[in-house]
Amino acid sequence: MSRTIPARRGRPVAAPLPQRKNSLSLRLKRISRAWQLYVLLTPAIIYILVFKYWPMYGVQIAFKNYNPVDGFTDSPWVGLTHFIRFVNSYQFGQVVGNTLWIAVLGLLLAFPIPIILALLVNQLQSERFKKFTQTVLYSPAFISTVVVVGIMFVVLSPRSGLVNNAIQLGGGEPIFFMGSAEWFRPIYVISDVWQNAGFSMIVYLAALAAIDPALHDAAKVDGASKLQRIRHIDLPGIMPVVTILFILAIGNLLNVGFEKALLMQTPLNISTSEIIQTYVYHAGLQQAQFSYSAAIGLFNSLLNLALLLVFNTIARRANQATLW
Amino acid sequence: MSLTTNPRATENPSRPVGQVRPKRTLRDKYGDRAFNIAATAVLLLSILAVVYPLYFIVIASISDPNAVYEGKVWLFPSGVTTEGYERIFADSRIWNGLGNTVIYTVLGTAVSVSTILCGAYALSRKDMPGRKILMLLFVITMFFDGGLITKYLVVRDLGMLDTVWAVVLPGAVGVWNLIIARSFFEHTIPNELREAAQMDGATDFKFFFKMVLPLSKPLIMLMIMVHVVAQWNSFFDALIFLNDDSKYPLQLVLRNILIQSDVSSTGTTGGDIESYAAAQRIAELTKYAMIVVSSLPLMIALPFMQKHFTKGAMIGAVK
Repeated sequence: MSRTIPARRGRPVAAPLPQRKNSLSLRLKRISRAWQLYVLLTPAIIYILVFKYWPMYGVQIAFKNYNPVDGFTDSPWVGLTHFIRFVNSYQFGQVVGNTLWIAVLGLLLAFPIPIILALLVNQLQSERFKKFTQTVLYSPAFISTVVVVGIMFVVLSPRSGLVNNAIQLGGGEPIFFMGSAEWFRPIYVISDVWQNAGFSMIVYLAALAAIDPALHDAAKVDGASKLQRIRHIDLPGIMPVVTILFILAIGNLLNVGFEKALLMQTPLNISTSEIIQTYVYHAGLQQAQFSYSAAIGLFNSLLNLALLLVFNTIARRANQATLW
Repeated sequence: MSLTTNPRATENPSRPVGQVRPKRTLRDKYGDRAFNIAATAVLLLSILAVVYPLYFIVIASISDPNAVYEGKVWLFPSGVTTEGYERIFADSRIWNGLGNTVIYTVLGTAVSVSTILCGAYALSRKDMPGRKILMLLFVITMFFDGGLITKYLVVRDLGMLDTVWAVVLPGAVGVWNLIIARSFFEHTIPNELREAAQMDGATDFKFFFKMVLPLSKPLIMLMIMVHVVAQWNSFFDALIFLNDDSKYPLQLVLRNILIQSDVSSTGTTGGDIESYAAAQRIAELTKYAMIVVSSLPLMIALPFMQKHFTKGAMIGAVK
C-alpha cells in the first residue's frame, strides 16, 4: 500500500519472479501493480454483483413470505411452504410435463438437424453454392422472436393463412393452429428448427473446416466413399464440439424458448403452452405472488443444474471409454 | 504426413486431388454421385422451406388482401397495393417504437461492448492476481441464476422501472460473450508485445487503448453486431420493466399489434359482419407489411454481418 506507482517502473511485470516465498508484501505489490487491470474489470464486476449475485441472494425469498417493506433479508421465514404448495397444486403436473415435452422434443429435433445440415453443406463441391446455402439457412436467426411468432399467426391463420389455403386447396378442413392445444408442440419445435438450425450449423461447419484435409485425401486414396468419410472422419472430428454443445443444451434444457412460448400462448392452447417459466411469469409478475413464483423458479434452476451435472458425468465416463 | 498433402488440397479440401486419381469400383462412384444428388436435394428443400414463407409474406404485403384471403396469392403478388405500408407509416406507435429501439440499441450496445471488452481484457491477463477466482465469479452465473422474480425485484428496488436503464442494464454482460472476448485476447495479443510496450513505459491503460483495441477490430465488430441484433430484437425486458407505452421499443409495439390483436379479435362477435371482415383483411395486410418493415434492416445488413458472425463462431469453437 505504501508504494502505488510500480507500473511506471518500466520493468517487465510478467516475468515470473524467482523462487521466493509468496510473502504478503510481495503479493500486495503484485496486486497494486495490476491496479489498472482491476479498474478495467470493475464495471463488469459491479454488473454481475448487482444483476446476478444480488438476485441470487434474493432467492431466499423462495423460503420466506416476501413483502416489499422488509425486503429480501427481513421478510419472515416460512420454510418449504411455497414448494409444497407448488408440488400439490393442480398445475404442477401440467407445467412440468409441458416443459419436459417441449424440451425433449426440441432436443431430439433441434439438436441433430444442424449437425446433419453441416455435414451435407460441408460436402458440397461448389464454394459459391456452399456460401449461398449457409447465408440463406441462417438468415431466420436474425428475425426477432416476436416477428417469427407474428409470422406464425398470419401464415397459420384459419381465415386467410397460407397453410390453411393450401389445405383447403387439397380439399381439407382449415385448422386453427394457434388456437389448438394439440398443435402447440409441433409448431413450437418446427418453428424453432426453422429459425435456428442454420445458425447452429455454423459452429459445426467451423469444426468441420478444422479437420485436416490430409485425412480425407488418404481416405480417398483408399477408396472410401463420401458416406464412409462422413462416418469415419467428419463425425469423429466434430464429436468434441458436439459433446460440449450437447452438455450445454442439456444445461439449458428447461430455459430455452420461454419467450416464444409466452408469445405463442392463447387462452385456447394454454393447457399445453403453459411451461414452468411462463407460469412463473404469470404467477409472479402478473399476480404479484413473488415468493411462490420465486420458489418455482428456483425449482426450475435446480432441476437444470442437476441435469447438467448428470450429463456432464455421463459424458466424462463415455469419453474415457471411447477414444475418438 | 506433410509429404502426402497436396498444396491444392489445402485450398479446397472438398475437391478431389488433381493427378492422384484413386482407383475405385463403379459401385462407389455411383454411390458418391447418388450421395451428391441426395445432399443437394435435401439442401435445396431446406432453402425452399426457409425462403418461401418469407417470400410469401413479402408478396402478400403488397397484394390485394382479398386475393390473399381467397388463396390466390402463391408465387406472384396480385392486385398490387401499398395500403399496408401507408398505414404503417401513418401509425405513430410504430415510429415512436422505432425511435425508442434506436435509442435502446445504441445505448445498450455501447454499455455492453465497452464493459465486455475492458473486463475480458483484464481477465485475459495471466499476471493479474486473483484472475481465476474472478473468472469463476462470472462462470458461476452461467450455471445458476437468481431467476426472473428476484431480477425484477432488484430492478424495482433500484428504482429503474419504467426507465431506459431497465432495458439496457439487466442483460448488459453475457458471460458467453465475455469468454469469447477473453479467448480472442489470449490468442491474438502476444505477451512479447505487452512486455515491449511496458519496457517503453506504457501503462496497462495505455497499452489496452492504444495497442489492444486497434488490434481487436474483428472482435469489436463481432461484439457490436451481436449486441445490436440482440437489442433490436428483444422485447421481454421491456415487457416486464416498462409500463409506459410511450417508452415501448418496436418489438413490444409489434407484439401488441401482430399477436395480441389477433388473440383478442378471435372472440369478437356481432356488429356488421361485412365491414368487420373488410377491416380484418386490411389488418392482415398491415401485419404482412409490418413483418417486412421490422425485419428489413437486419436482413439488409446480413450479408455485411455474415463474415463477422462466422468468425465469431470460430472464436467460440476454439474455447
